[in-house]
Amino acid sequence: MNLFIYDQTFEGLLTVIHDSMEMNVEPEKIMSTKSFQDDLFAIKYDIATDPDKFDKIWNQVKEKSNEENCQRIFKAFLSELPDIELTIYNYIKLIIETPYNVEVNFSEDCVVKLNNAQKKVGRESQRVMMFVRFQKTVDDIYYSSFDPKYNVIPLTVSHFKNRFADQKWVVFDTRRKFGYYYDLENVREITIGQQKVSLESGKVDNDILHMSEKLFQKLWKSYYENINIIERKNLKVHMQFLPKRFWKFLPEKDFKSELILN
Amino acid sequence: MKAETTDKLKILASAAKYDVSCASSGSNRPNKGKGLGNAAPWGICHSFTEDGRCVSLMKLMLTNHCIYDCAYCANRKSNDIQRSTFTVNEVVDLTIEFYRRNYIEGLFLSSGIIKNPDYTMERMVRIAKELRTTQNYNGYIHLKSIPGASDELQQQAGLYADRLSVNIEIATENNLKMLAPDKNFKDILLPMNTIRNKIIENKEERRKFKHAPRFTPAGQSTQLIIGASPDSDKHILNLAGNLYNSKKLKRVYYSGYIPVNSYDKRLPALIEPPLKRENRLYQADWLFRFYNYSINEIVNDDHPDLDLEIDPKLSYALRNPWMFPIDINKASYETILRVPGIGVLSAKKIILGRRYSKLNLSNLKKIGVVLKRAKYFIRCNELKALTINELLPENVRSIILNENKPLKQLNGTMHKQLSLFPVN
Ligand code: SF4
Repeated sequence: MNLFIYDQTFEGLLTVIHDSMEMNVEPEKIMSTKSFQDDLFAIKYDIATDPDKFDKIWNQVKEKSNEENCQRIFKAFLSELPDIELTIYNYIKLIIETPYNVEVNFSEDCVVKLNNAQKKVGRESQRVMMFVRFQKTVDDIYYSSFDPKYNVIPLTVSHFKNRFADQKWVVFDTRRKFGYYYDLENVREITIGQQKVSLESGKVDNDILHMSEKLFQKLWKSYYENINIIERKNLKVHMQFLPKRFWKFLPEKDFKSELILN
Repeated sequence: MKAETTDKLKILASAAKYDVSCASSGSNRPNKGKGLGNAAPWGICHSFTEDGRCVSLMKLMLTNHCIYDCAYCANRKSNDIQRSTFTVNEVVDLTIEFYRRNYIEGLFLSSGIIKNPDYTMERMVRIAKELRTTQNYNGYIHLKSIPGASDELQQQAGLYADRLSVNIEIATENNLKMLAPDKNFKDILLPMNTIRNKIIENKEERRKFKHAPRFTPAGQSTQLIIGASPDSDKHILNLAGNLYNSKKLKRVYYSGYIPVNSYDKRLPALIEPPLKRENRLYQADWLFRFYNYSINEIVNDDHPDLDLEIDPKLSYALRNPWMFPIDINKASYETILRVPGIGVLSAKKIILGRRYSKLNLSNLKKIGVVLKRAKYFIRCNELKALTINELLPENVRSIILNENKPLKQLNGTMHKQLSLFPVN
């Protein structure tokens, strides 16, 4: 079995695709160094990420396909789903080797898989934009944490930057332990050093919370309860659109998560 | 922000909850000069209440005092309820603070009528103006215009708001007169015309001068209450069709009447709000706007009311078996759209996908077609199966109904978003 190993970056994966095509070796498995488990019977190819090789492949894809489709491939990559690497390999190979647009050829397995993955990622990034709740701190930073299923925070940064241009903010991924900080000028990636924030719930410690913060959380919760129409109660739909896994970030749900409830 | 505000918020959010419109879509207002906020054209829901409705805009009434006495309204003057009024600053502060925390997409402001229409409308406009100018706020604003307010004020409102709405509430003038003696169609349709004309004018202006100020970029909408008057679906949908065509409305909302004033004998005695009917009306509305159905194809003299058991698209197909089965590999996009179980997205994918190979059932499944519905109405690259013509419409109806049983509870929900009205 041909096992390719890469460094978990998108550039790395495209380098794998470049090398395997050049060597004419069909990968049967592509794994990141992080998820790598040794397999005694596999023929291993440890591929070093090479920006030039990445460019070469990516430019070919761009030329033969379109910008929208490139976005789709990148989104599918962010899904981190098992074997998404192989799907992307097959998809890109198909694009390069086929004279027509492949992205609508739904009789190809990799086209269907890639589309499903990128759709999931798109939906999850929308949920970040929907359910992120900022808490204002004493130093006027609006802080929020999220625990996205897929690695989607990078897809939401420009949305938050455009929208909240006049306030400092942080959006932090508690699962992958990194986030973004906007300082009124630029957005930069941060890892955590902040002990004043619970990694589990994303809640900011009381002593660095802005004095008005609790009041607005309370007002919001009160709004949420009073806008509800009791005669129309429909918990099934409610739960479908607001799954419990998001509750721990929401003041209107008292930040209660499934964990606490059970 | 004072403790008083907390109480006011309770009263005036609760008073605003029956207005179903919460949509924040359709505007593309950018963030100007590094200020606060922008409008996302696709709209964003930020929460969902226990009734399953999306919370996108903060819906508030400026006041729930009212000099009118509409039979279907909880805030009518003859009701003995707690009443309150926000100051301009309170509404502005709540909007800004909620927005900054990503709780909301913006503000939806309506109001009871105090003193007279102009007096009320003037205060609403002041809030919108304060948000846009002093606060440099570019998030969404929806103002509910007060019927009878001056043209001048309607026009000012449009300069600050993304969307304006004037609610008709009751679909026929006679019934409106009976239930809301202070209102008439003229006062409602007049501002609609003003707004429509201004929008058309503004489009022209912006073509010439790119920087001309926008006028209600997300257009105007209205709401019709369903089940408070004996109007048929045919009446309601024909009115809606007219509003879309001649007033160029962006949305007509249908709101199942919630019996808030059961003591008033002019109103029907309802055990529960007609949520199923409301849902069917939304689906019919959807067919009209996105599926190229005419109102007359959906409701007519033979079928003045929508079928509550099945959606209007399936209902149409069962009434018109002659047009099926449709050949998936040959038929036009418009025809394919008429197949129950095929939505806009899958129809588009079919057109693209069939270029490369003839589609069979498993391809269709991957594309997202709901086969257990569609199979009676199509032919594809597969052995011939029984269609509506061999099985007969009434049998197809009962097969589909039986399959769908467990899903039934899901009906009767109402949401603002595209994907939430699957008319497949
Ligand atoms: S005018 Fe509006 S607030 Fe006043 S009673 Fe009629 S519907 Fe209610």
